[in-house]
Amino acid sequence: MEQFLQQLINGLAVGSIYALIALGYTMVYGVLRLINFAHGDLFTYGAYLGMTLLTSLLLKDRLGLTLGLLVLAGMVMGLVAVVGVLLERAAYRPLLTAPRLSAVVSALGASIFLQNTLMLIYGARYQVYPDILPQTTVDLLGLPVPIMRIIVVMVSVVMMAVLFLFVQKTKVGTAIRAAAIDQGAARLMGIDVNRVIQLVFIIGPALGGAAGLLVGLYYGQISFTMGWTYGMKAFTAAILGGIGNIPGAMVGGLILGVVEALGAGYVSIAWKDAIAFVVLILILIVRPSGLLGERVAEKV
Amino acid sequence: MSALLELRHVTKTFGGLTAVNDVSFDVAAGEVVGLIGPNGAGKTTVFNLITGNYRVNEGTIELEGVPLTALRTNRIVRLGVARTFQNIRLFQQLSALENVLAGRHCRTRTGLLASLLRPPGQRREERETVARALAELEFVGLRGRDLDLAKNLAYGDQRRLEIARALATEPKLLVLDEPAGGMNEHETGLLVELIGQIRQRGVTVLLIEHDMSLVMRACHRIVVLEFGEKIAEGIPEAIQRDPRVIEAYLGVEDG
Amino acid sequence: MSRRLVGIYLVVAVGLAAAPRFLDAYQIDVINSVGLYVLLALSLNLILGDAGLFNMGHAAFYAMGAYTAAILNTRLGLPILWALPASGLVAALFAALVARPVIHLRGDYLLVVTIGLGEIVRIALVNDVFGLTGGANGIFGIARPVLLGHKIRKPDEFLYLIWGFVAVTVFLFHRLEQSRFGRALTYLREDPVAAEGSGIDTARYKLMAFALGAAWAGMTGALYASKMTIISPESFSFWESVVVFLMVILGGSGSIPGVMVGAAIVVLMPEVFRTFATARMLVFGLVMMIMMVVRPQGLLPWRALRFKRSDLPRREAAP
Repeated sequence: MEQFLQQLINGLAVGSIYALIALGYTMVYGVLRLINFAHGDLFTYGAYLGMTLLTSLLLKDRLGLTLGLLVLAGMVMGLVAVVGVLLERAAYRPLLTAPRLSAVVSALGASIFLQNTLMLIYGARYQVYPDILPQTTVDLLGLPVPIMRIIVVMVSVVMMAVLFLFVQKTKVGTAIRAAAIDQGAARLMGIDVNRVIQLVFIIGPALGGAAGLLVGLYYGQISFTMGWTYGMKAFTAAILGGIGNIPGAMVGGLILGVVEALGAGYVSIAWKDAIAFVVLILILIVRPSGLLGERVAEKV
Repeated sequence: MSALLELRHVTKTFGGLTAVNDVSFDVAAGEVVGLIGPNGAGKTTVFNLITGNYRVNEGTIELEGVPLTALRTNRIVRLGVARTFQNIRLFQQLSALENVLAGRHCRTRTGLLASLLRPPGQRREERETVARALAELEFVGLRGRDLDLAKNLAYGDQRRLEIARALATEPKLLVLDEPAGGMNEHETGLLVELIGQIRQRGVTVLLIEHDMSLVMRACHRIVVLEFGEKIAEGIPEAIQRDPRVIEAYLGVEDG
Repeated sequence: MSRRLVGIYLVVAVGLAAAPRFLDAYQIDVINSVGLYVLLALSLNLILGDAGLFNMGHAAFYAMGAYTAAILNTRLGLPILWALPASGLVAALFAALVARPVIHLRGDYLLVVTIGLGEIVRIALVNDVFGLTGGANGIFGIARPVLLGHKIRKPDEFLYLIWGFVAVTVFLFHRLEQSRFGRALTYLREDPVAAEGSGIDTARYKLMAFALGAAWAGMTGALYASKMTIISPESFSFWESVVVFLMVILGGSGSIPGVMVGAAIVVLMPEVFRTFATARMLVFGLVMMIMMVVRPQGLLPWRALRFKRSDLPRREAAP
């Protein structure tokens, strides 16, 4: 029982990271009907930028742990958002009217390009995060749980809650939802769809970058190919919840994280990575619209 | 005359919207039947149900007693129902000939192995297929444009090419979705003639049209839909005078 | 097939036949590598270029074939050239089996599923599934091919074997283009709804395209296994799938000469420009992005007109 709960919490922690990344996929897909293959690499950029800034700026010493981390997060999210905007400009905007396959190929090309740029700068070996976080465990319902797990879940939940409120309650958020449902109608309503697209490419990457930073702090170790694995899993989570559906991405991420953790704990750790792919293929066969339903307009 | 196509109590809903509601009608062999009604009446939906692009929620559709409702579209074509599309769906990057050859596919047999090895039977079938396809192009008056790319053809010619492709499948029933869309009066007249010639070949025709002059001239009988329901059925003169039809949908055309 | 194309093929064939006289062993080996990738590109071209199915897990079929040949050879002693058709068959059956449930999926979803399948296969290979695949170390000690009593060992000899297979493949695939089967794939690619509405069983042809492409990739895998004598899961990673995908897109999706050129360029460029070999992938990424904007149809795109005026009977006079 104890092991089950530990795995559950572990799964929730990993799952909330998948959820943060999944939001980026789902938002871009909702508005552009495009799988942003390069999104996983933006996540990786978050991790690497976080590491570089952390070691070079010594924020912890200057501002103390909490404030330092907040500032770090802000900087990382901002920088990754910039990369996201550049990505949209370079890889997607020129192909808005081109056939689907072109955008897919361009996305892949961008992903390869981003990933290898990182490799050339930092080298192929994995990198280590400075050990700055408390290693204490907290007593949660009688279980010793590393505090980092709880922090990861809480931070992710807070960010997702903010996003959810933003999308549901604000005018800009509603514009994003409108553009996701029907771009043409949104335009006719006076919504500047191009700005919505740019906004989506700021918010999504920012969240992905934050996730990268969290992973770096949580696991302590990053590599330039991590975007590939995390990206695929996050994409699976987005599909699981229903592509284009923002709450769906959150739910999908958490479910996938838990399923994966339980699977690794109880079935076999060697096949852990395959679990996500199997889940993906099963969903697409059985229920392609995902658990909470696709929020993309049905073509009749 | 026996019924070639029978629709009985056909209903189709999309989510909360009932697009087709308890529609029944027959098409007898050798007839030309027109399906008319205001926009949104469900006409194209009925066509899509007949051709298997949509699944019925309730009701049956039978071709000579064979139910079509659970079959995939290509099976329905092979049973003898061919269609044209409201928004022309030609293979735009291919030539007129290649477009019509697509229609011959279901009436030919060469498989993968024969395609690779090219035994004499295959070569003969190829020649016959091309000849048949050219004959269909001749029939619709496009023989001279056989190697022109579909996208380079004039709009009216594209519509006729689609008909040629459908005829190449040797259908018993030809289902035309707004074949006169975008045509001028002269072209429409030619189309009426073509439909007559198709009928003379023994092919039954069911068509959707908004152009009343074509409907009145080409059709033996007319079925009228409004809001997914059948509101009238009969010969053209009767339909023209039917008060329900006039109320629902006034196609004021001279001629 | 036009006269000009046949002429070009002949020139290339003569050049390749004479190559061992002028090039050293390393260079011949590079040409052999080009040959294998040409085969992979041609096989993916059937699926991606001709049928229009987004497949980015092609390395899985390659792996299926290579491992089948390796297992049959090292465990049952079956000579490699006998294992060749078995490799193709296993790969084809595998493709038909896994494609069946997903064949109806929308383009980009199918793409992701094929990536997933490729990864599952690779993970299965690494985990020594069924105890047959040798895990991360793979299988070694694969025999060389023996043709008519002669053992094929040196790069020169492999050149004739591999490119001989290429020649047969090119010949057969060109035939396929101009046949009922090839046309069905074209219609399927251009507009699946119109194809289905014209009476073509699109689901069946999608599966056949997958199976045929897989079969060829599988046979190429057998050739690869016997050339390297050692195979391991590393050679069949996602990046292999991406590279072959790139070859098809770069060269011209659907065009046989196009994808051959694409394969040659992708293999030869890092050889020619040594300095950018390390940044190879980075350049590929850039090329992919730029190509889609500048020349999405590829370097040697497929020509639309398959019938020439001379192919058709003359118009008879109107009666």
